Amino acid sequence: MAKYLLKRIFYLLLTLFIVITVTFFLMKLLPGTPLQNQQKLSPAEQHLILKQYGLTKPIWQQYLTYVVGVFQGNFGTSFQFSDQPVSYLISSRIGPSLLLGTQAMIIGVIPGILVGALGAIKKNTWIDTTATIVSILGISIPSFVLAVLLQYFVGLKLHWFPIADWGGFAYTVLPTLALAASPFADTARFTRTEMVDVLNSDYIELARAKGLSKWGVIYHHALRNSLIPVVTIIGPLAVNIMTGSMVIENIFSIPGIGEQFVKSILTNDYPTIMAVTIVYSVMLMVVLLITDIVYGIIDPRIRLSGKSN
Amino acid sequence: MQSNETILKVNHLKINFNTYAGTVKAIRDVSFDLKKGETLAIVGESGSGKTVTTRSIMGLLANNAVVEGGSIQFHGKDVLKMSQKDLEGLRGAKIAQIFQDPMTSLDPTMRIGRQIAEPLMVHRGVKKEKAMSQALEMMKLVGITDAENRINDYPHQFSGGMRQRIVIAIALINYPEILIADEPTTALDVTIQAQILNLMRELQDKISTSIIFITHDLGVVAGMADRVAVMYAGKIVEYGTVDEIFYNPKHPYTWGLLSSMPTLDTHSEELASIPGTPPDLLDPPKGDAFAPRNPYALKIDTEKQPPFFKVSNTHYAATWLLHPDAPQVTPPKQIIERQKKFAEMQREAAAKNQHHQIEEEEEQQ
Ligand SMILES: Nc1ncnc2c1ncn2[C@@H]1O[C@H](COP(=O)(O)OP(=O)(O)OP(=O)(O)O)[C@@H](O)[C@H]1O
Ligand SMILES: [Mg+2]
Repeated sequence: MAKYLLKRIFYLLLTLFIVITVTFFLMKLLPGTPLQNQQKLSPAEQHLILKQYGLTKPIWQQYLTYVVGVFQGNFGTSFQFSDQPVSYLISSRIGPSLLLGTQAMIIGVIPGILVGALGAIKKNTWIDTTATIVSILGISIPSFVLAVLLQYFVGLKLHWFPIADWGGFAYTVLPTLALAASPFADTARFTRTEMVDVLNSDYIELARAKGLSKWGVIYHHALRNSLIPVVTIIGPLAVNIMTGSMVIENIFSIPGIGEQFVKSILTNDYPTIMAVTIVYSVMLMVVLLITDIVYGIIDPRIRLSGKSN
Repeated sequence: MQSNETILKVNHLKINFNTYAGTVKAIRDVSFDLKKGETLAIVGESGSGKTVTTRSIMGLLANNAVVEGGSIQFHGKDVLKMSQKDLEGLRGAKIAQIFQDPMTSLDPTMRIGRQIAEPLMVHRGVKKEKAMSQALEMMKLVGITDAENRINDYPHQFSGGMRQRIVIAIALINYPEILIADEPTTALDVTIQAQILNLMRELQDKISTSIIFITHDLGVVAGMADRVAVMYAGKIVEYGTVDEIFYNPKHPYTWGLLSSMPTLDTHSEELASIPGTPPDLLDPPKGDAFAPRNPYALKIDTEKQPPFFKVSNTHYAATWLLHPDAPQVTPPKQIIERQKKFAEMQREAAAKNQHHQIEEEEEQQ
């Protein structure tokens, strides 16, 4: 297990290195410059500013400095806020994003599993139909539309929760719901399919033949077997939530890294764009690593084949 | 061990399935009984209704099944009328089942010891520890090698033959009165098949359970069963003792099944499967369902279903050929040879009987 972990972490670092490299050179290839009112500055002034940010050195030197810096936690200085290191910018903004993402994941996945399982157990009844309709809605309504609907009805009309801004749990409710809709729908659909398959399997038939009650069969045999594959979609769901957060944080004016990312793109703030990209990659890789480990723990077939390797 | 006490009695069972295409008449008036300690084989081609019959005994029919009529008497109670709760009390306790494919019939995420112990915990409220030690005993009984060390293994760590032994252990842990084995060896290699069949015979003696043995392979029936029921298109067409079915078959469908079975005496070229396919159970024929495939079919076969004609006290066949007015037909060569053997066997048995009687009389004097 330790060996496996070390191997995975090595690959994680390797992937991270590739991500850094690719992002760095893509940024260099992009047209546009971080200078805003270019026309108003003399070439000498422009050169001075670029020099201040280390942008006059040869590319390979800039690259080396950057890579070394990143592995030391130094992402350079923001072009936009000239006195702020990017690492500070990100660390002050990652909290709200992580909180929203985690809440959305929990609010999405757990009810998704319940609704999906219930749909499969009550297959072809009104419960199943309702569950299916709800999850189709969840998949087909874009999160930003849902966000605006929530703002209008729950925020503006009902005054239940603040429409935007940040400051305490109440502020997280609407953005979390908007973010959670799509993971909820995906999980529900996926769980339903898995559970329907499992309920038709031979070992469930055998469990019935043993004399277990209907819910005994579900609790002792069907649930675990249909939930194990659900772990595999956590990674894609995390991606879903990360991309969603860029839009949602903007709509709800949340000071998170998604909002920062969009701002930075609009102002060609390269160091911040690169840093956020890297942070997103790290988060995704960590989620994937964790889900792989969890999958290995809960599925005996994987666990044991891993041991024998 | 075998007695005359009947423990299960299936009477005029009729089961339909509602499907989009219409009503499938899967079981069309099936009756049989099972005696304590005996093995009854139910033989027939795919789709003849063997599995549906056993499922109805377990109370595990599919949702779209409709019981049109009949009863299944077990200890004086009709299984078909039992509540869900009573059925649960029956399954895995009084009536247990072994399934066809051991590769898929075990829960892949549960340790096998726990799977074997489960029926004990469910039905007798045995505490886990005690149940596990009984599970271990059962594992040894069904011949799982190194049972102590393997009790916490998962199904994928076992071969197909071993998995079927585990399934058998699960079925027998509560010493059921009836064991239903639905093609328990079809999915296994030939050598493993023989081992599993031997094991079942051994355990039947130890546990004294009655077995309903389902197969489409007459070859495995001879060494296994006491009696045989031949099923075709949702009906039993002939039943009798093993010897009667093997050596004195009366129904042309049984003739076909026997002729398509390899024996030591037959040459492989002579083997022929029965030509044609079973009828569509959405719209079963009016007369004998086998008539379209039956080279010996009479005109009446297409018009009227044959009743059972008695061949002996234990042997009945539903074919018009047994009607007193039916023309004499010559069965296939192989069947005639079998019948000759049967006559011989009966003569021998009679001679032996006489011998016994004389001995007994001598002893009495
Ligand atoms: N749930 C169902 N819905 C519709 N038809 C069904 C259903 N279950 C069984 N049948 C039909 O009932 C008939 C008997 O099926 P059954 O499974 O008992 O055959 P079998 O004798 O066990 O065959 P095999 O040797 O292939 O296992 C078949 O025609 C089958 O298509
Ligand atoms: Mg079958």
